[in-house]
Amino acid sequence: MTALETLQASKPAPAGQKRPPRKVRVLTADDWWSLLGSLFSSFALVIIAYEHILDGSGTLGFLASWYMAFLIIYGCVVAITSPRHFVVERLVTATLYIAAALVLFALGTTVVFTFGKGWHAFVHLNFFTHDMSGVSLTAPLNQGGILHAIVGSVIEVAIAVAVSLPLGIGTAVYMSEVGGRGSGLVRTVVEAMTALPEILAGLFVYVTLIVDFGLPKSGLAVSVAMAVTMVPIMARASEVALRVVPNGLREASSALGASHWKTVYKVVLPSARAGLATAAILGTARGIGETAIPLLVSGASSFMNFNPIVNPMNSLPLFIYTAYLTGEPPAIARAFGAASVLLAMVLALFVATRVISRNKGVTR
Amino acid sequence: MTQAGGGSPQAVGLQPRLPQDLVPGLEPTDRIFHGAATVVGMSVLAITGAIGLFLGYQSIPTLHHYGLHFFTQVEWQPELNKIGIAAVLVGTFEVALVAMAVAFPLALMLALFITDYAPTRVKSWLVSAVDLMAAVPSIIYGLWGFFLLQPHAIKLARWLSQYFGWFPLFHVDTDANAAVWQQSRYTSSAFIAGLAVAMMAIPLACAVMRAVFDQAPLGEREAAMALGGTRFGVVKTVVLPFAKGGIIGGTMLALGRALGETAAVLIIISPAYEIKARILEAGTQTVSALIAANFGNATASQLKALLTAGFVLFLITLAVNTGAAVFIRRSRSGAGTEI
Amino acid sequence: MRTGFAEPDARPSADLLHASSQAFNKVTERAEPRRPGARVDAVEVSAWFGQVKVLDDVTLSMPAATVTALIGPSGCGKSTFLRILNRMHESVPGAQLAGEVHLNGDDIYAPGHRVTLVRKRIGMVFQKPNPFPAMSIANNVTAGLALTNVRVSRSERADLVEECLLRAGLWNEVRDRLERAGATLSGGQQQRLCIARALAVGPEVLLMDEPCSALDPSSTRRIEETIAELSAQVTIVIVTHNMQQAARVSQQAAFFLAEQGSPGGIVESGPTAQLFDNPSDIRTADYVHGRFG
Repeated sequence: MTALETLQASKPAPAGQKRPPRKVRVLTADDWWSLLGSLFSSFALVIIAYEHILDGSGTLGFLASWYMAFLIIYGCVVAITSPRHFVVERLVTATLYIAAALVLFALGTTVVFTFGKGWHAFVHLNFFTHDMSGVSLTAPLNQGGILHAIVGSVIEVAIAVAVSLPLGIGTAVYMSEVGGRGSGLVRTVVEAMTALPEILAGLFVYVTLIVDFGLPKSGLAVSVAMAVTMVPIMARASEVALRVVPNGLREASSALGASHWKTVYKVVLPSARAGLATAAILGTARGIGETAIPLLVSGASSFMNFNPIVNPMNSLPLFIYTAYLTGEPPAIARAFGAASVLLAMVLALFVATRVISRNKGVTR
Repeated sequence: MTQAGGGSPQAVGLQPRLPQDLVPGLEPTDRIFHGAATVVGMSVLAITGAIGLFLGYQSIPTLHHYGLHFFTQVEWQPELNKIGIAAVLVGTFEVALVAMAVAFPLALMLALFITDYAPTRVKSWLVSAVDLMAAVPSIIYGLWGFFLLQPHAIKLARWLSQYFGWFPLFHVDTDANAAVWQQSRYTSSAFIAGLAVAMMAIPLACAVMRAVFDQAPLGEREAAMALGGTRFGVVKTVVLPFAKGGIIGGTMLALGRALGETAAVLIIISPAYEIKARILEAGTQTVSALIAANFGNATASQLKALLTAGFVLFLITLAVNTGAAVFIRRSRSGAGTEI
Repeated sequence: MRTGFAEPDARPSADLLHASSQAFNKVTERAEPRRPGARVDAVEVSAWFGQVKVLDDVTLSMPAATVTALIGPSGCGKSTFLRILNRMHESVPGAQLAGEVHLNGDDIYAPGHRVTLVRKRIGMVFQKPNPFPAMSIANNVTAGLALTNVRVSRSERADLVEECLLRAGLWNEVRDRLERAGATLSGGQQQRLCIARALAVGPEVLLMDEPCSALDPSSTRRIEETIAELSAQVTIVIVTHNMQQAARVSQQAAFFLAEQGSPGGIVESGPTAQLFDNPSDIRTADYVHGRFG
């Protein structure tokens, strides 16, 4: 009998049954106990030692001390049964998990804290239905509301996107599809302008339109400054989206006799639709949260204003800042309420990008 | 039948044909299309370029007037005609460097975690969480930093100044060992502003690093695994050497953002115009906060001075961003990365 | 005779003092001495990628210190099977497997066996040469030791580099440029460097996934010579599309086939000569005579 037959004879397969998949890389009991034991013992050690021996104070210091103690204890425990490189591996893995948890925790506290502190303002329905005309920022919360700021933000961003999206996509089409000698220069300058801090865009509009030209502070000025920051970002993100479209599609379209314009309009742009939409939405999310621009070129008005050209127009970030500046609790509560609305809007835009990517089957 | 350099028919066998210039003519619709696209591209170029030039142009009178003193004058007191951005520049860098000192390790570890350690089901959620972190407006981080983080962070600052106060960076001009310690000496510092700005720097750096880590060649990864390498061994041997350019580039990109940050800094710091290394101590100023705080009641010349400060900031962020792009493009990982 | 894994670190020791003295020894682990080739037995191995079954109930014995060839047309699971032998299959997200793989009688998939230690005993050479470009040739050879923190003195390191490059048949060509980057070699040289690198950790089994398919004929010949020389000390399992190569280098062979739409499996296995000259299955006969594939 060959070795193979010997083996098969010794382990007959169950009649008609195939083996099911098995679990591999199961963490043994030893692994779990090492980890949990180290976590608890380092925690206990630091609790006892913290206030007395280390003379530290505050949560942050405690967490840092706990982490150090955990590393030392866990390292020793793993070293009992494993070679050195495995100890390193375990410690690095633990550290990475902790780092990721820390960052996510910070993000989580930001979101929860904002919504939590904004709650006091939410419970009053007038917060969403009134503006602040005739009401001081420090008045009790059952008066006034931020409707004017919400409307202002929406109008300003809408105009900014309406201007910057075509310009951004158009520039991207120029750089990616038309090309030519000038496109390199355009690309360089566009990339350079993505480095422009938003406050300088605001300052530019302030100095030129408002001081030099004497135009009043208005929502339109905010839109213009926003567009100045949004165009380079949208142009670059759109160019990336266009570049990802496979060249084979363009060639196939040309081979069918389509003009360049038809190719771009009917083949390339639709293929890049998801990427372009994502670029637009991310630009919008960026614009809606900008504070420095409205601070410089629009006024913190308290009344509702649908007209972007005349009269100051308040917006959510500006409202938050001016309310914060007063330092009074009711105003702070309003500030957090407005911050919650702003955060909710950004979250909604963000979910929209996820939905779009998933629908088009785009993977990151 | 064209004669492309071949001459008369009987010379065809003797002379080689020269290449012909093929100039495809454009259809009328395409001519309009190309023209329109060029117009758009050129106008965007013109507008964005004009802004940069405008800022530079506006800076000339100020620099002419104050000369190099603009960069060495520490105080900003327009009524005394003392205008200079020395302290402001130092403060800007202090806040940005604190932010990067916190953001760089966290972004690197988070990016490694997402690409190499996270379970597959969780990976896309983590990527979304990082993108969400980037989308949160900076004023919200400012509120978070001021109201939630600051009470905790000042205790950490006090501990640092207690035990490491001999090092100039961590020294604070107050008695850290007093039973009732002066909290107000630790609030509104560059340190706390840096922590809030770090929340904006982390997702930016992490996104670039993650994109680069994902491109580490699978063949090399498998070779390291087949040799018996642990996960960290694979990372150390294959991923990190490959991603060096992306790591540096992503960090510089985040640094550029940190330098120009306005809203969070405005909320947290209390303005102070002195060059000091004591980042834990209350009081600092950055260029963007300077502009935001002073534009309202500035005379024409003060406004130009603010513009000059802004122009200097723009040059710095431009240099940092360009450096980042160069690092990313030149590196092995650069070919396919979009920043 | 059951020879289990030699490393005591795979299981926690009952005696703490004994364990801690072993821990001290482990801090300065020496490079493993060369062990003779080990026997590999696959028992009823099946494999899935997600829900798709790609291997069905494969049982194969690969005797110690011999060369076993896995032949068959593309897409019938030979490479998947190979990667199951050194636990590389599970690194693909969504991959699953069933069955057992015995190394000298020990199931390498049993819980408590560390993957990294399994892979040190069962090495692999890939189809496309993948030396580490950022490292010198010498560092490439010892990369496996660096990856697992095995300490070797400088003289031991130099000896190890020379010995592995000699066994891989590359020493004479690179002896005077050991500090140059690994990426400056030709394709055949890179593949031999990968073989040297795999040998440096002292494996008992070497798996080779179509190692010559991307190489020119003279490099192929050198590598086949290397395989012949190594086979006395290391068990070799080689996947190859080239039937003549299988006939040249191997003593045992297994023919894999996947019928349309169904997972791959072994049709026939046995001594190479028998498989080629006197196959028992008509499909084997068709394949080795080139009627399909």
